[in-house]
Amino acid sequence: MSPHLTEGLYELLDQITGFIYPNEVEIHWSLLIVVYPYITGLVAGAFILASLVKVFNVKEVQPTYRLALLTALAFLLVAPFPLLLHLGRPERFYEILLTPNVTSAMAMFGFVYAWYLMAVLLLEIWFEYRRDLIVLGAQEGSWRGWVYRALSLFSTDVSDTALAFDRKAVRAITIIGIPSAFLLHGYVGFIFGSVKANPWWGSVLMPIVFLMSAIVSGIALVTFLYMVLTSLRREAIDMRCLDTITSYLFYAVIVDFSLEALDFIHRLYQSEESVKILGRLITHRLFMSLFVLQILIGMLIPLGILVLAKARNFSDDMKKLLYFTAAILIQLGIFSTRWNVVIGGQLFSKSFRGLMTYKMEVTGIEGLLVALAVLALPFIILAVLVRVLPTKRLGDEVGGAA
Amino acid sequence: MRIPEQVKRLAVVIAVIAGGVLLTRFFIIPRSLVSTELHRSATVERELAKPVKLAGSVVCQGCHEDEAVKKSKGYHKNLSCEGCHGPAAQHAEDPGAMKPPAPRDRKFCPVCHAYDASRPTGFPQINPTAHNPLKPCISCHNPHDPVPPRTPQACSACHGQIERTKAVSSHALLACTTCHVVPERHKTAPRTALPSKPETRDFCAKCHGKDSTRADAPKIDVSGHGNSYMCWQCHYPHLPEGRG
Amino acid sequence: MNKRDFLKGLIFFFPAGGVLSALAGAPAAKETEVQDAGPKGADAKGPGAKPYNSRDHYYGMGIEIGKCIGCSRCVEACKAENDVLRDPFFFRTWIERYVIKKEGEVTVESINVKSRASKEAVQEDADVLRTFFVPKLCNHCAHPPCVQVCPVGATFSTEDGVVLIDSNRCIGCRYCIQACPYGARYLDPRTKTADKCSFCYHRVRKGLLPACVEVCPTQARIFGDLRSKASRLVRFARMNKIHVLKPALNTEPKVYYAQMDGEVR
Repeated sequence: MSPHLTEGLYELLDQITGFIYPNEVEIHWSLLIVVYPYITGLVAGAFILASLVKVFNVKEVQPTYRLALLTALAFLLVAPFPLLLHLGRPERFYEILLTPNVTSAMAMFGFVYAWYLMAVLLLEIWFEYRRDLIVLGAQEGSWRGWVYRALSLFSTDVSDTALAFDRKAVRAITIIGIPSAFLLHGYVGFIFGSVKANPWWGSVLMPIVFLMSAIVSGIALVTFLYMVLTSLRREAIDMRCLDTITSYLFYAVIVDFSLEALDFIHRLYQSEESVKILGRLITHRLFMSLFVLQILIGMLIPLGILVLAKARNFSDDMKKLLYFTAAILIQLGIFSTRWNVVIGGQLFSKSFRGLMTYKMEVTGIEGLLVALAVLALPFIILAVLVRVLPTKRLGDEVGGAA
Repeated sequence: MRIPEQVKRLAVVIAVIAGGVLLTRFFIIPRSLVSTELHRSATVERELAKPVKLAGSVVCQGCHEDEAVKKSKGYHKNLSCEGCHGPAAQHAEDPGAMKPPAPRDRKFCPVCHAYDASRPTGFPQINPTAHNPLKPCISCHNPHDPVPPRTPQACSACHGQIERTKAVSSHALLACTTCHVVPERHKTAPRTALPSKPETRDFCAKCHGKDSTRADAPKIDVSGHGNSYMCWQCHYPHLPEGRG
Repeated sequence: MNKRDFLKGLIFFFPAGGVLSALAGAPAAKETEVQDAGPKGADAKGPGAKPYNSRDHYYGMGIEIGKCIGCSRCVEACKAENDVLRDPFFFRTWIERYVIKKEGEVTVESINVKSRASKEAVQEDADVLRTFFVPKLCNHCAHPPCVQVCPVGATFSTEDGVVLIDSNRCIGCRYCIQACPYGARYLDPRTKTADKCSFCYHRVRKGLLPACVEVCPTQARIFGDLRSKASRLVRFARMNKIHVLKPALNTEPKVYYAQMDGEVR
């Protein structure tokens, strides 16, 4: 066994307070497992925003529709990476698809993921972009043209009936997509929520809270990306769109906050056996990440900012600044939420008598640098995607090709 | 109704992918890779093939009759040989290859016999610093028949914690035999010949009742005080009222 | 949307799904009977002994807390027998010490883990009401949460009641470690797969006792076959009031504690 690992564990041993089962000294689900639900949450949230347009006919949000889809795709493609890197034996990952244990939520997630990627996201994007792909396939020459024609599956029909079919298809897929998105991220919540051994995780509310915070983070992300993209392209931003998105963001934050407050109040009131150690957990180990980052900076302050922006008649520039700030703070908050759930759940002993510590590595396969790379990757993929796939319907944009 | 051209193309792609997946999973991939039965029976076989490191006392007895017989009569009769001598299956297979160590150090026996308040009462315990310091344990106690060289005469030899508690109590000057009838055999066969404990309130009344002649014992009205409960249900006899 | 296409899609996918799940569900815990290599040592089953049928056995362990002296011979023997790393972070079995004081304060420590705070032995304290040792190990639950959550089925229950780990299949996701309420599992850093007590299955199948039971000097640990006609464990369960750890979680543990204090978690 590597001396480095032993050293690390001896250090952790010294920082235990109270009593823990001896095997619990090592924190098994590390930073990468915090990154993973954060990413799938963004996927679900971005998709829900997209569904506002197609299913709930919120026309104001249309300018962000394609961006939301591409964002969901970019993040979904990266989602398996933190899991793969975290496995003790990553070369055996295929077993989870080949011979899954049907009673395991984690195994079933592989199929939920595949379904969502193929039957929902890729299909919807294809139907949405088919016309543009055909147009671009005809316009572009050499290998680029080939790529576009291949992406359109060499389809050529751009008649009105065909396009009408595409629109209906998109709507139908989005309708299926909403519960699928719920399933995608709700499942992650279920993976934690079904663990009866851990009272911090094992709760009926867990999938719901996960999902709501996912929607918050997804909407906030698309807000952020929309503002960045229009700014980089030196385009005028659609303020009505932005105002509408942030309204939905506001509602989502209210619901999320209410759910988390409910969870907290419920636990405190019910006062089960675990309430003492959990109280010590949040005051001694999670104080900064919970009270300061998750609640204050991640929820209350953005909520205040959004209220301010809505209530007062600010200039567009001022509103953009406020929205931008709120979006970033919310991302920090939701990331802290994931941290508090994943890491927090492992910082107290199942004997309910002690607390452990998590030492985040910087280098190493599960360290900070790798986590940052994994978080950066979807943005890189998205940058490629928005170059290849236009975010506005061709022919709709004002002046110049996309 | 006409099937739109794009749906036809899509259907072809989906069919190819789905077909490919199903074909691979159910026909191309060999059964040995996916059969749960095979995996489990293979695991059991691998487990069974694991080497045995501890032979078990019965095996040791096969060659070491004398020690086994000696041990079977003494206080250590339930101890496994390998508890002190370490894993010896290798030695049982090929006696010359490896010789199990025989612990002779004074640090070894206190692993079981050092006084520890969490150990059950009556388990033989000593204070390693005070008990014949520096002398190896085996110079007085044969590990295979660890009879102490002299039969302990004082109760405190085994019941040290009780003695130490009593020593600072109001019952300090009372001998253990004042309340407990101790058969002589208790000193050599402690668990089979047990001392008695008082069974009635009248026993404590002998000193603490109103008609008692014992001058230094506090008196109570036995018929009224504490109703039908036994005295020791409230008063710990080795440290009454926790004084001291 | 085109109804015909939709229906065609359905007709295609459902049988495929049915086939998939049928094939997935078929090999349900049917264990092939493995012949023993033959009787070994003094535990020979006799001439013409019939092959081992796991359905005839159901193993469990009994622990009498009042007898444990906290000597840790069991911990040492287990590490030797099962090639477990010696560092104080990986235990298939361990001993806990409980100290319960008059005002209700309960202190627990694991005597096998020497951290700064641990003391060598508890000295006397007039405030101590009760103090004792509790051996812990994998409970080989009849309704194991670890088996339920393993994504690849690497951990499974045998028919004779032992929960084993297939270290060739384990992908090291550590879900089982999270799901175990008893802290019995750990990740072996050498193989990066999950590991835990196996009731010394390789010994038990040969008629030997698990290593920890073998070396216990006070017979605080009893190993037995609940389906056997004459079994130490059955007598243990008859003569003692039995407790299990965390019964409310409905894991149905098969390690039975006698004289277990209410403070034990």
